[in-house]
Amino acid sequence: MMKSALRNIALEVRKDIVRMHGKGTNVASAMSCADILTALYFQVMRIRSPRDPGRDRFILSKGHAAAALYSVLSHKGFISRSSLKGFLADGGRLTGHPSRSSAPGIEVSTGSLGHGLAVGAGMALMGRKNRRAWRVFVLMGDGELQEGSVWEAAALAASLRLDNVVAVVDVNGWQGYGQLEEFMPAKSLAEKWRAFGWDAREIDGHDMDGLCRTLDRAPFTKGRPSVILARTVKGRGVAEMEADPLGWHYFSVPSGKTAGFLAELERRK
Amino acid sequence: MRKAVLDTLVSLVKRDLRVFFLTSDTGFHVFDEFRVKYRNQFANIGISEAAMIGMAAGMTLEGARVFVYGIAPFVTMRCFEQVRVDLCQNKLPVKIIGVGGGLTYGGAGPTHHSIEDVSVMAALPGMTVICPGDPAEAAAAVAASMKMTGPCYIRIGKSGERAVHGKPLRGFAIGRGIRVRRGRDIAVIATGNALAPADEACDLLEKRGIKAELASMHTVKPLDSGLVESLAKRFDTIVTVEEHNIVGGMGSMVAALITDRGSTVRLHRIALPDTYEARGGSDSYLRLRHGLTPDRLAERIAGIYGRKGKAR
Repeated sequence: MMKSALRNIALEVRKDIVRMHGKGTNVASAMSCADILTALYFQVMRIRSPRDPGRDRFILSKGHAAAALYSVLSHKGFISRSSLKGFLADGGRLTGHPSRSSAPGIEVSTGSLGHGLAVGAGMALMGRKNRRAWRVFVLMGDGELQEGSVWEAAALAASLRLDNVVAVVDVNGWQGYGQLEEFMPAKSLAEKWRAFGWDAREIDGHDMDGLCRTLDRAPFTKGRPSVILARTVKGRGVAEMEADPLGWHYFSVPSGKTAGFLAELERRK
Repeated sequence: MRKAVLDTLVSLVKRDLRVFFLTSDTGFHVFDEFRVKYRNQFANIGISEAAMIGMAAGMTLEGARVFVYGIAPFVTMRCFEQVRVDLCQNKLPVKIIGVGGGLTYGGAGPTHHSIEDVSVMAALPGMTVICPGDPAEAAAAVAASMKMTGPCYIRIGKSGERAVHGKPLRGFAIGRGIRVRRGRDIAVIATGNALAPADEACDLLEKRGIKAELASMHTVKPLDSGLVESLAKRFDTIVTVEEHNIVGGMGSMVAALITDRGSTVRLHRIALPDTYEARGGSDSYLRLRHGLTPDRLAERIAGIYGRKGKAR
């Protein structure tokens, strides 16, 4: 797909995220990974149908960015566009964190951080045992890397030489109380993954060309799992969110601001 | 029980290439032959229970039928949230085998005792909890777990448990307790490690002229409500016996059930006190200390029966 077409889809995904967050939190977390999800679903992953056994698998381990996933699934045609209205709605199916039973295309329930990588490793192990060519992509947040279970899974995937699992980290630098830097310096991330036996690449998580190129090349090394540290801006696309990423970790979009945000997204496309 | 479980697993992996066995670095030597002979279906995940449960979930999503194995407190409570989210919320039929239920790892101390596992696992929606009472029940439970559509926890002892059921078990069904012996004076419901000592206690009671009926409640969740109700109808008193914290174990579930049904049967729960064990010592010492040996159980049950007599 042309990169301009991909950027158009990413724009539509961001517009969906803004529209969906009239209530609820985590709008800025969904915005930061919109380009990554678009690159994966519309360029990198082989996935024509969520039921195709040969499809590439995706796990949104940072489940709080659910709105981005729902939007992408709707643009893929796996769920209806109108179903997005059910996000966070009373009695609706699209919960704040993805539930496996809620919609086709959601491989696994997530929401509690630090779960996705081990599940992805288990899928990848079976893919290899059954000699299947598909890959498993696991998207994590950078704050999520503070969960010890991530590193249990990282050690395990490397020791099993699972090169069909690809981790992507949305490095937006922010977490619940402030900047990640206080807990886990972003500079050390690649070193940590390499020390655990992974091949790590650092890229700009909003550069569609770079995202597609790098994701397409994974696995980078035979016999080693790959991780892509995608540097992103939390709230990317809306200046007010970018300026106050911590606040927009919690705010919902007031109805008076929706039109302005949508117009800004169009302008900055 | 461990040997019975292992033999059953061997027959399962032989028959079905989709069956996998994962251990978190537990069972050295026990699985020596297994891991060589069936190496494609065996993996030592290392000392990482959380990763093991997550892996098992991922493998199951891709069509595998996975057993995970570890020391009971670690394979349930160390990775509790992985069990909750990855297995229960995804509704995946992973089978967790916990070795060393209750006080089995006596001398190892309270980190290795498993006195809360039944309660903790039973609190999870969709989780089935099975505590086999002898090797035959353990083998039957493992075989029966293959037909399950959701996750289950099988809590076994370790080695050397006495066979309670003489013949090979026929008609074992998850969720259906087994009447081990018929009685007329008092009903005893036992589960897991407590079944064999309870059975011996019934022998001792018989010598004293008390005929106790004994049921094995191998499945703690879902509890066999029909069995409890029929005992509640036929007897004045039910005694539950288990090697688990008195809070939240099988006895608690029986209590809840008879209360819900409005039964007036008298219930006595024999279990471990709500405390971590302060004393060292072997499993047999600790069982004696907590009144869970056949002699002590017989005395306690006779006491309960006697009190009932006086009340009349």
